[in-house]
Amino acid sequence: MSEYIVFDKDHHEHHHKETFITKYIFSQDHKMIAKQYLFTGVIFMGIIGILMSSLMRMQIAWPEEPNIIFEFLLGKWAPDGVMDADIYLALVTMHGTIMVFFVLTAGLSGTFSNLLIPLQLGARDMATGFLNMVAYWLFFVSTVLMVASIFVEAGPAAAGWTIYPPLSALELAQPGSGLGMTLWLVSMAVFIASSLIGSLNYIVTVINLRTKGMSLTRMPLTIWAFFVTAIIGVISFPVLLSAALLLIMDRSFGTSFFLSDIFIQGEVLHYQGGSPILFEHLFWFLGHPEVYIVLLPALGIASEVIATHSRKPIFGYKAMVMSILAIAFLSTIVWGHHMFITGMNPFLGSVFTFTTLLIAIPSAVKAFNYITTLWRANIQFNPPMLFAIAFVSTFITGGLTGLILGDSALDINVHDTYFVVAHFHLVMGISALYGMLAGIYHWFPMMFGKMMNKNLGYIHFWVTAICAYGIFFPMHFIGMAGLPRRYYTNSNFPLFDDLADTNTIITVFAIIGALIQLVFLYNFFHSMFYGKKSPQNPWNSTTLEWTASMKHIHGNWQGKIPEVYRWPYDYSKPGYKEDFVPQHIPLKKDEEEY
Amino acid sequence: MITLFITLTLVFISIAIWQMIKIFDLTRALKGEKIDDSQIANDKDNRINARLMLGFLAFIYVITIICVVKYGHFPLITDAASDHGIKNDTLMIWTLALIFFVQTITQFLLHYFAYKYKGQTGNKALFYTDNHKLEIIWTIIPAIVLTGFITYGLLTWADVMNISEDDDPMVVELYAQQFNWKARYAGEDNSLGKSNVRLIDIDRANILGIDESDPNASDDIIVTELHLPVNKPVLFKMRSQDVLHSAYMPHFRAQMNCVPGMITQFLFTPNMTTEEMRNTPKMIDKVLTINEIRDEKSKELIKKGEEPLDPYDFDYLLLCNKICGKSHYNMQMKIIVESQEDFDTWISKQTVFKNSLIAQN
Repeated sequence: MSEYIVFDKDHHEHHHKETFITKYIFSQDHKMIAKQYLFTGVIFMGIIGILMSSLMRMQIAWPEEPNIIFEFLLGKWAPDGVMDADIYLALVTMHGTIMVFFVLTAGLSGTFSNLLIPLQLGARDMATGFLNMVAYWLFFVSTVLMVASIFVEAGPAAAGWTIYPPLSALELAQPGSGLGMTLWLVSMAVFIASSLIGSLNYIVTVINLRTKGMSLTRMPLTIWAFFVTAIIGVISFPVLLSAALLLIMDRSFGTSFFLSDIFIQGEVLHYQGGSPILFEHLFWFLGHPEVYIVLLPALGIASEVIATHSRKPIFGYKAMVMSILAIAFLSTIVWGHHMFITGMNPFLGSVFTFTTLLIAIPSAVKAFNYITTLWRANIQFNPPMLFAIAFVSTFITGGLTGLILGDSALDINVHDTYFVVAHFHLVMGISALYGMLAGIYHWFPMMFGKMMNKNLGYIHFWVTAICAYGIFFPMHFIGMAGLPRRYYTNSNFPLFDDLADTNTIITVFAIIGALIQLVFLYNFFHSMFYGKKSPQNPWNSTTLEWTASMKHIHGNWQGKIPEVYRWPYDYSKPGYKEDFVPQHIPLKKDEEEY
Repeated sequence: MITLFITLTLVFISIAIWQMIKIFDLTRALKGEKIDDSQIANDKDNRINARLMLGFLAFIYVITIICVVKYGHFPLITDAASDHGIKNDTLMIWTLALIFFVQTITQFLLHYFAYKYKGQTGNKALFYTDNHKLEIIWTIIPAIVLTGFITYGLLTWADVMNISEDDDPMVVELYAQQFNWKARYAGEDNSLGKSNVRLIDIDRANILGIDESDPNASDDIIVTELHLPVNKPVLFKMRSQDVLHSAYMPHFRAQMNCVPGMITQFLFTPNMTTEEMRNTPKMIDKVLTINEIRDEKSKELIKKGEEPLDPYDFDYLLLCNKICGKSHYNMQMKIIVESQEDFDTWISKQTVFKNSLIAQN
């Protein structure tokens, strides 16, 4: 037990007793909650998600051969080492769900919004520490439910992460749509509750708890990104909740929101009048903004990391903010591009093509601004910087193919093929992952007071970067050859026999890419305990978090909260000897802000 | 036992890495080298990583070139087997050209700047915060280019999805169920009999739920292999009896979901018979390659005492492209495009619906 001191706004000192439970488990401190999200969302769920994708890739590359790893990990679902077709679909589904929601939504936003919003804005903690704790524990419950669903008798949900009914609604359609799907839906309902509470907390904190001088236009781009992400979350997640609730009604209480005229396994079901397309609309009304819920925090982190490590102000700060806002707005009116060929009215297809392709404009602005930031910089190649540059690279590569998928006429032939898999993995999967890794390497000293080993960081980065392209670049080609995704094996189509070699190469890259993450894990845990002690501001950064106490104390700053006098990107400003001027340093006489 | 073995291996590998790093550091310390253990990039790290950045740019270009050379024949962007497919392919090629152009330039700038402006002690970056002219340029240029592509795309889309009765299309129903396809021809009257899955009567072999009292239904023809006459517009009406499926006919650049409870549609005009497609140079190559691969596999199978694989010849296919359950990966139907005469001969041999029903006492 230790005593610690809390400073409230009026600087009265309070003394609290802190126990192990209040400090490490039911903590209300945003820094501890950030770490809890990091361990549950990123590390724990990340390992499961990546492992699942490796199993899928092995199945695709060597479909007929018995595999001892399948036998070991899948047990009864891989009798004699041959994977069951139902469990392949379950892996597809759970990999998608875990990666999109648990790792890249809760893990990414949960870790970095929690850590950085109070620290970079100069707040003692989140607006409400209690709700912050509730949000984490709801997330924890949803994690437990989702993981538990993997172990149910008939297997976990297997209808794809988009859980389109009727497949997800009828146990007669596939075994995964029984208890596994029930747990999936309940877990997601709890997850959404957690996400909403968390997001509201972020929004309120950003609006109300900025320190003196921290005007909106002096906020770091990370905070802008987290703020807008939280707003998109609050707007769109409730719609998924309603879809999940309606689906639960259809499944359990005999309603027909999404189901109509079904004859399955020799019987006519009573459902009448519903439409699966309604579900698709509700799902994608969240599902597409979700892409930006995943991507924007990564964009924010990349902005911050690129500016810091290139020792140069981010180019076009205002344009960056405007493009975040434009992307956020557009992201809520493009969901129909997932549904061009679902039977939706073709006129709607035209509208969604138009709005979708517009997103390319703010995205292009962002990409060009990043590139210009590097121009005549003084780039320090620390591991976070490498990941941030690679983020821009995959963001471009993945984003460009969106021109094909967003174009309804072209989508007809590549829809639901491996082309889509390659596109979204690069633009939101790998990009967001890079943003997250950049964030972890960059703020690790802030979180644990230690430095991560840079050489292991370099090895981790370069192997990962090569594997990411090695996996997803060739995948575009097999997608354009017409190979549908979510096929357990392609051996029933001699037409695709000539793609098999490419698939094997992709799998080899995928396995190397997965294994190299062990180096990261090793580096992470080893540095946490035995890493070199970090100096106060290892990257010579300008933002406020590096002025806070490196030893975590409740309330973040010993003594007064620093005031802010300038924007967050005064790197290499003329007139100063150092190549950075922190935000809390007052402007000199006659100095212009920027 | 295996669990224990794998866990132990992983633990040992971790310890080995840890110890190796320690030994490495120690030897350097013993040699008297000055160790920079700040874990912050120094000039040497910057130099090495900057070169690697340039190397990575080369890697991106090389992997692009390798993929284009080795896999460039995979994409279905030439030899479309339908009228609208040819237009789609042109749009696709233009879009791909734009993508490769932008990709090559932006990746170059990104990685080259990263290389060129590597950090060096004593250097200072340029304090350059914004430039409205530049921002406007790279807002306007993408906007103009996109306007062109959006317009082109929308015109193509309108063209593909426009279903005009003037073409007098042949009406064919595609019927999806876990895990197979059926097709129903409308017969002489070219209009399909009404249907609903509630009318399915397995005992009478009314497997598609066709309304027996509808006069349009009597001459309908249900088949499991799709035949299409060349150069005749076909209007597909899609139905599903259980879950979502998607009728994907990649060679015709056609795809539409089959949704239980509603009828979706897609129209296209096949313009190449199966025979003609088999004789395109690209397809001859493809079939040759595939048969070489299959021969190799067959040899292995024979060694194991199993049946060899059949040689492959190209056929158009209808694939299911929406996750639909266990055997989703094997839900296919052969499509044969043939001359009008061949088609007429084939269809005249099929049993019409009213004769296919089993009489019940």
